[in-house]
Amino acid sequence: MGELLILLYIFVLATLAGKEVISKVPPTLHTPLMSGANAISGIAIIGALVVTGAANAPWVKVLGTAGIVMATINVVGGFMVTDRMLQMFRKR
Amino acid sequence: MESTTITQIAYLISAVLFVSGIKQLSSPATARSGNARASLAMLLAIVVTLLDHEILDWTTVVAAVVAGAAIGGILARYIQMTAMPQLVAVFNGFGGGASAAVAAAEFLRAGGSGPALELGVGVTIVLGTLIGAVTFSGSLIAFGKLQGVVTGSPVTFPLQKTLNALLFLGVLLIGASLAHVGVANSVAPVVGMTGLEISGPFFAALVAGALILGVLLVIPIGGADMPVVVSLLNSYSGIAAATTGFVLNNYILIIAGSLVGAAGLILTQLMCKAMNRSLGNVAFGAFGTEGQTARAKTGQRPVRDVDAEQAAMVLAYAGSVAVVPGYGLAVAQAQHELKKVCDLLEDRGVTVRFGVHPVAGRMPGHMNVLLAEADVSYDKLLDLDDINAEFDSTDVVLIVGANDVVNPAARDPDSVIAGMPILDVDKARTVIVMKRSLSPGFAGIDNDLFYMDNTLMFFGDAKDQMSELVKEVREA
Repeated sequence: MGELLILLYIFVLATLAGKEVISKVPPTLHTPLMSGANAISGIAIIGALVVTGAANAPWVKVLGTAGIVMATINVVGGFMVTDRMLQMFRKR
Repeated sequence: MESTTITQIAYLISAVLFVSGIKQLSSPATARSGNARASLAMLLAIVVTLLDHEILDWTTVVAAVVAGAAIGGILARYIQMTAMPQLVAVFNGFGGGASAAVAAAEFLRAGGSGPALELGVGVTIVLGTLIGAVTFSGSLIAFGKLQGVVTGSPVTFPLQKTLNALLFLGVLLIGASLAHVGVANSVAPVVGMTGLEISGPFFAALVAGALILGVLLVIPIGGADMPVVVSLLNSYSGIAAATTGFVLNNYILIIAGSLVGAAGLILTQLMCKAMNRSLGNVAFGAFGTEGQTARAKTGQRPVRDVDAEQAAMVLAYAGSVAVVPGYGLAVAQAQHELKKVCDLLEDRGVTVRFGVHPVAGRMPGHMNVLLAEADVSYDKLLDLDDINAEFDSTDVVLIVGANDVVNPAARDPDSVIAGMPILDVDKARTVIVMKRSLSPGFAGIDNDLFYMDNTLMFFGDAKDQMSELVKEVREA
């Protein structure tokens, strides 16, 4: 139970840190924030890599591989499209 | 140092980069480097994970990464900017899908026997699968609605809420049986199995139930409420990732996932506040289906309509103009023509600014992206409070494809949109409304603004009319 509690601590503190940092984002940047955060949610790729790497059964490997593909689409596409949007935000 | 220590330190650096990257996203000047920093954090986390963990089959892993990167890269590079809401929704769905796949794979890897798992692991696997799968199917429905494949109107049927609640309870019960041996032993006899036999079929039922739940939660939500849904699903995808972090005992998954969860939740709150509605009302209200009676009133009162030439005159001889864009601008894709009109006006010495309502469009900040694409400088985009302080001293307001966000009915306590913060455009000297017809907006109620003495209706397709306006302003 000790380990689970540590994980819970990390979860709660990271959520609070996120709230503090993000609450100051101006409305102009709401879409890039969302799309950038969206790319970060592709962090599930770490889980997919771990699971696929250690796959001990065919179905585990299939699910893990599907996870890697989906998460990579999310990560690469998300960061690239956010960058494409932010390029357009200019002040003249 | 052993490799796990190095990995943990690398994860810590990655976490710091994620947080500081998101922090940089809060200013247009640093946002791009913030995004780059977050992607660096991701790369670092991926590389150390690959080095630290034993990878039995590199070919599969590399092939999967290359395939995903190619698909994501091509979508991101070539998609039309106007399709951005759908793209964000679909990427989000993949994030949730990946988390669900990880949780499911972990379930199988642990021997596929849920009740035999340690309680903490069982609960997190069930939650990860549930939230991930809801995010996946919900985001795909949101994508369908935004793309026009699925109807944008709320889809409702009798006993919908009851069905949703029953399904949710059912899914929870299935989840509890998978995670707790005691529940499993009491539920299993009901379906004629023993506690250990239920794992496979129950897990399949959990996934199916969660996918259906995702669909049912999003279909009753109408087009204009999409900013809330998209933000909420964004939050879910983060929470799903964090949950898989609990399953795998992985700190960086938890940290990055909870950052996204927090970001999505904040946006959701902001969007709800901008409509003066609770999350529950957005989720279950099926807004926009009522007000059919109000529709009958439309068109019975006189309006003053103008053509392009008259509108151009009013705009060209104003001292200050405030443009209020709405979803209609995005639909007509008239942002570039609008920019031309604004440039011409500025050349004549007219001050031009934009008033953007937080929920205008189909995702948070939709109008800002649209106008940025048309090369409008971001310091001319004012948010609700700032622009509302200026309408008193504004000569002309040009409304392009917006309706409910400028409806003075929001000030009437009996209205369905009562209390919704609106743009006080009626305080300006003259208001020009560019719109296809007098039809009501998403809320389904008539807009008194159209019938006011200082309002001029400029009917037609936003893009065609805006092109006409370019010509006329040039000649004015």
